[in-house]
Amino acid sequence: MGRTLAEKVWDDHVVTRAEGEPDLLYIDLHLLHEVTSPQAFDGLRKSGRKVRRLDLTLATEDHNTPTLDIDKPIADPVSRVQLETLRANCAEFGVRLHPLGDVEQGVVHVVGPQLGLTQPGTTVVCGDSHTSTHGAFGALAFGIGTSQVEHVLATQTLPMAPFKTMAVTVQGELPAGVTAKDLILAVIARIGTGGGQGHVIEYRGPAIEKLSMEARMTVCNMSIEAGARAGMIAPDETTFAYLKDRPHAPRGADWDAAVAYWRTLRTDDDAVFDREVVIDASELSPFVTWGTNPGQGAPLSAAVPDPASYTDPSERQAAERALEYMGLTVGQPLRDIRVDTVFVGSCTNGRIEDLRAAAEVLRGRSVAEGVRMLVVPGSVRVALQAMAEGLDKVFTESGAEWRHAGCSMCLGMNPDQLAPGERSASTSNRNFEGRQGKGGRTHLVSPQVAAATAVLGHLASPADLITDPALAA
Amino acid sequence: MEAFTTHTGRAVPLRRSNVDTDQIIPAHWLKKVTRDGFEDGLFEAWRKDAEFVLNRPEHAGATVLVAGPDFGTGSSREHAVWALQNYGFKAVVSARFADIFRGNSLKNGLLTVVLPQETVERLWTLIEHDPTTEVTVDLLARQVRAGSITADFDLDENARQRLLEGLDDIDLTLRREADIAAYEARRPSFKPATAQV
Ligand code: SF4
Repeated sequence: MGRTLAEKVWDDHVVTRAEGEPDLLYIDLHLLHEVTSPQAFDGLRKSGRKVRRLDLTLATEDHNTPTLDIDKPIADPVSRVQLETLRANCAEFGVRLHPLGDVEQGVVHVVGPQLGLTQPGTTVVCGDSHTSTHGAFGALAFGIGTSQVEHVLATQTLPMAPFKTMAVTVQGELPAGVTAKDLILAVIARIGTGGGQGHVIEYRGPAIEKLSMEARMTVCNMSIEAGARAGMIAPDETTFAYLKDRPHAPRGADWDAAVAYWRTLRTDDDAVFDREVVIDASELSPFVTWGTNPGQGAPLSAAVPDPASYTDPSERQAAERALEYMGLTVGQPLRDIRVDTVFVGSCTNGRIEDLRAAAEVLRGRSVAEGVRMLVVPGSVRVALQAMAEGLDKVFTESGAEWRHAGCSMCLGMNPDQLAPGERSASTSNRNFEGRQGKGGRTHLVSPQVAAATAVLGHLASPADLITDPALAA
Repeated sequence: MEAFTTHTGRAVPLRRSNVDTDQIIPAHWLKKVTRDGFEDGLFEAWRKDAEFVLNRPEHAGATVLVAGPDFGTGSSREHAVWALQNYGFKAVVSARFADIFRGNSLKNGLLTVVLPQETVERLWTLIEHDPTTEVTVDLLARQVRAGSITADFDLDENARQRLLEGLDDIDLTLRREADIAAYEARRPSFKPATAQV
């Protein structure tokens, strides 16, 4: 019987396999950041162990880093200690680190791909659930906990019980104005936040093949919000073109050997998935969340749903709680929801294409009175590219704030936070209670919807700008 | 890791689904660089409400958490497990756990027990009716017992053995040194390396 993409990559990394035991998997790339690594380094120190493969390990600073005044000492002493701890650990053990202020600094899941380190057929781990992002290249990439970070540091392997496989096949074509973010939000709303549990999702079908690498990363990034261990997309010409000549991409004969191998990384025609979901892309439209988990979403054209419409009692209860927390009323059109803050950034939508898309909508328009808009590039490289294209000017001229790279308001570990009761339209990936600041209310949206929302002050898509003659650019 | 064989204690009924790790331990707690001292961060936002079940005097000192489905979704933060353990929980019962959370819990000796939602509901009713009810989570017999409820649960045999013996995973893996070295010797040369170029 044929094998799926995920199974092929898995099989190629099995170090040992024994009946009744998890497989021991080899890890090709281990990414680190300051939040989930200190206790792991401590563990190494206590047991007198070293990092086994420094050449397969890379650290960046992202979660705690400020996005303003980065040349000044970090104001929050606890954040500062965490960054200093990472620096000390990397220096002591010899790990390559891109600290705040470095040209390669940025959100770990933006940095890996742009350096060309994330490659098809590799295993990638990081103490971070959005490691699933790297699956866009046909890598088997998944988030791990701190004990596992220590395990990988010490052994470059992980004991893992096999995942189940799920195909999400996206037929047809995405309509104009509908993005990868809308697609993945719709997928999560369909299968639920636990729908992918235990599975690796392979996204496939004509609508997926058409996506750029950046859009594919947006899709794979949010696999974890459907509960999946990982998301993957088979590598193709789009993938190879993205990787060619990146700093860590193979060169010369190695490139040819790599591409020959990468071409084999496709699910066989006779392979069987444990579960299959089919989505028709042509039926999709801009999608936003109204609740407090990423599965609580609906098309922008819809209204706030009635919890009573859920048959499952725990879903109904969750919807009731969510509406209360979000301060929304049943039947209220989603388009009427007014926001205070718009956040464009994160490992979901903080790449250059995302900034271009948001800037395109903002060009010649202004951020609405009373709305604060933060644009936070996913990495310094993204920021430099955006500045070379003049996007930073577009943002600042429209009244948005152009910030330094990092995770920023995606989780508010740095000063970029919502105040209690404040409402945001955010291109990030989690609308959990308090995620962006205590008492903050988050609506997950695409960069295009974020920008249109900033202009109108309420949830909106770029199409709403065009139908409003006063605002048409 | 601390071994887990069997535990008996009072329980907290947490009638909420999709309890994500941002609720279990909010991000600002993640700045700590140790594995302890997270008890006050556990469910921090919800604990501001005096009526929140964890704040109820009748549940003080409880060691078993009985939660709704999809417990531990979201972030990979192991701090969520440490916070539950620092607070005093030894076991969590739910109809479904998020994968990374479950993996983290088993690595730390916090037993996560999967029971059908219907059994969880019965446990909730029982505990709410009589908060002094003792719940036994028996890993040897793979069984949860409370009042008249007896429910068997599954746990992968390998994970169970590791828990029962409190084995250190890294030690176990390092015994495979020769296999790891052999794998490394056959890795293709085109694989990426992080050395600065
Ligand atoms: S941008 Fe957000 S989701 Fe991505 S790594 Fe940073 S905090 Fe996590």
